[in-house]
Amino acid sequence: MSETLLRHALALSLALFAVGAVGVLLRRNVITVLMCIELMLNAANLALVAFSRSWAAVDGHVMALFVLTVAASEAAVGLAIVIALQRARDTLDVDAFDELRG
Amino acid sequence: MTALTWPQELAIRSALALTVVAFLLGLFSVMTYIERRLLAFMQFRLGPNRTGPLGLFQPVADGIKLFFKEEFVPQAANRWAFIAAPAVAITTALMAVAVIPYGGAVTMPRFDLLPEWLRGRPIPLQIAHLDVGVLYLFAVSTLGVYGIVLAGWSANNKWSLIGALRSSAQMFSYELALGLSWVGPILLAESLRIEDIVACQAGGIHRWNAIIQLPAFMIYLFAATAEVGRLPFDLPEAEAELVAGFHTEYASMKFALLQMAEYVNMITVSVLATDFFLGGWHAPLVSLQSAAGVNLGLLWFGGKTGALLFLFIWLRGTLPRLRYDQLMRFGWKVLVPAAVMHILGTAAVILWLTR
Amino acid sequence: MAETILFYALAITAFSAAFAVVLQKSALGSAFALIVVLCSLSAIYGLLGSPILATLQIVIYAGAVMVLFLFVIMLLDVRREKGGGGPRSFVPLALLFAGLLVLQVGAVLVGSELVPQSAPFDGSAKAFARRLFSQDYVYVFEATSVLIVAALAGALALARRRR
Repeated sequence: MSETLLRHALALSLALFAVGAVGVLLRRNVITVLMCIELMLNAANLALVAFSRSWAAVDGHVMALFVLTVAASEAAVGLAIVIALQRARDTLDVDAFDELRG
Repeated sequence: MTALTWPQELAIRSALALTVVAFLLGLFSVMTYIERRLLAFMQFRLGPNRTGPLGLFQPVADGIKLFFKEEFVPQAANRWAFIAAPAVAITTALMAVAVIPYGGAVTMPRFDLLPEWLRGRPIPLQIAHLDVGVLYLFAVSTLGVYGIVLAGWSANNKWSLIGALRSSAQMFSYELALGLSWVGPILLAESLRIEDIVACQAGGIHRWNAIIQLPAFMIYLFAATAEVGRLPFDLPEAEAELVAGFHTEYASMKFALLQMAEYVNMITVSVLATDFFLGGWHAPLVSLQSAAGVNLGLLWFGGKTGALLFLFIWLRGTLPRLRYDQLMRFGWKVLVPAAVMHILGTAAVILWLTR
Repeated sequence: MAETILFYALAITAFSAAFAVVLQKSALGSAFALIVVLCSLSAIYGLLGSPILATLQIVIYAGAVMVLFLFVIMLLDVRREKGGGGPRSFVPLALLFAGLLVLQVGAVLVGSELVPQSAPFDGSAKAFARRLFSQDYVYVFEATSVLIVAALAGALALARRRR
């Protein structure tokens, strides 16, 4: 794997992260927002794996595994919250949940 | 023997893949016939016996019928998902066969017809030698849920949806026990390669994982039966309650593909049981491994797999269906804890023996 | 050579599918696009020399997390939702933010030099496991199991119907 390819892998990771961030900011559906967060976590994972390759050490893979675990837990809790929200309000629009606004 | 260039390697692997897939699809049609005849025999009926001698052409007739039936998509269905679902199901079912070893190496005969580099070369009967073979299998089996969920949801039919939900919940619950039951053999072989797991069972029946890992083998059998949705765990398509579960709305070739995926899955779990627990292509006694100088590995492999397939049909002919809550309770409160305890026990024994 | 072609094909697939995740009108469409992203990323992990992460990516993301998403989308029947699917009003602001992010991190990326790999890289399952269960990570690993149990209990408590 050449250095150019590694650089492009990192660039891809950056691009995916940016797209995910835009999605989190713009989408109104809670589920889609959650999916965009997953996208950002994956972008970070790709960077970890690429750096791991460039350093020739597996530490990056180990950290990527932890990110995977955290992402799975986050999805479970997040989706449970989505179900609770849907029950309470009968809508999934993020703008409808603004009571905690100061 | 010279090393292979990559086009030669590719040619061998492609030929192997094509052979395996063709063999599986052939076995699927034969299995439909055998299953119906055996079930009929167990239930004092005759079964299909009109088409050809002994009804042997029944699979062909079924194929022709399904092929010429009208392609039908319900009006309220999500059209693309409805069409994609059977393709997803059969693809994920066939993906698993890539890493499974089907027997030891077969030495190519020294025919003049064969190219120079192929003559006398031993070819291992396995398409891909993956470092993480077992994990790959697990990954592919988790993907199997997609075909069912898509099929059940896209049809826009309540029976389909309930069947798909039941089916995927069941597959999730039992996948866990299935994966955990593999851990014992993995610990013994100290490898995630399936060929290593088979190799570590060489040398007679007392080395087979079915003997020294008997609890794991039992857990695997239960979990695998549930995983492929066979009786007594066939709630996804309990015809008395749900019409036909997730494939209620399917007909013609799309139905045939779904059916094919189910049978391919059943054959896959039998082959895997042979590889993981029954010593693969190794004979129960070392002296029975070859006769008159011919290696009987393939014969042993086929025999063990066939016996397991017969077991599946036998179960279907014998047992009643479980209730849904019983199914879930059994999966989560019996199988998973048992599998975890068994892993702990195996690991402790290995630690103690290698201290 | 084949590696390079494969990498770019996968990268383009992942990137365009990521766009689809954000732009799709229906949550279900987003979910399927995300599955495409995840699968191509898994293949890229394989190319980057980590077969174990490639398979774990499929097991955990494609096999568990996304099925969970699909379940919730299908069961809540998100199509029913009124007018809540589209983007919000501050599109330019968000794009500006994303552009700044790309510029900043991109500048770091271009300026930095990657360590040239002199040592041979061993990304096999064995090497991975040795590192994971070494002194450095084993406590973190145990901590993640606590995290999973906590998440499980939390999800159960949140989603349960109160009587």
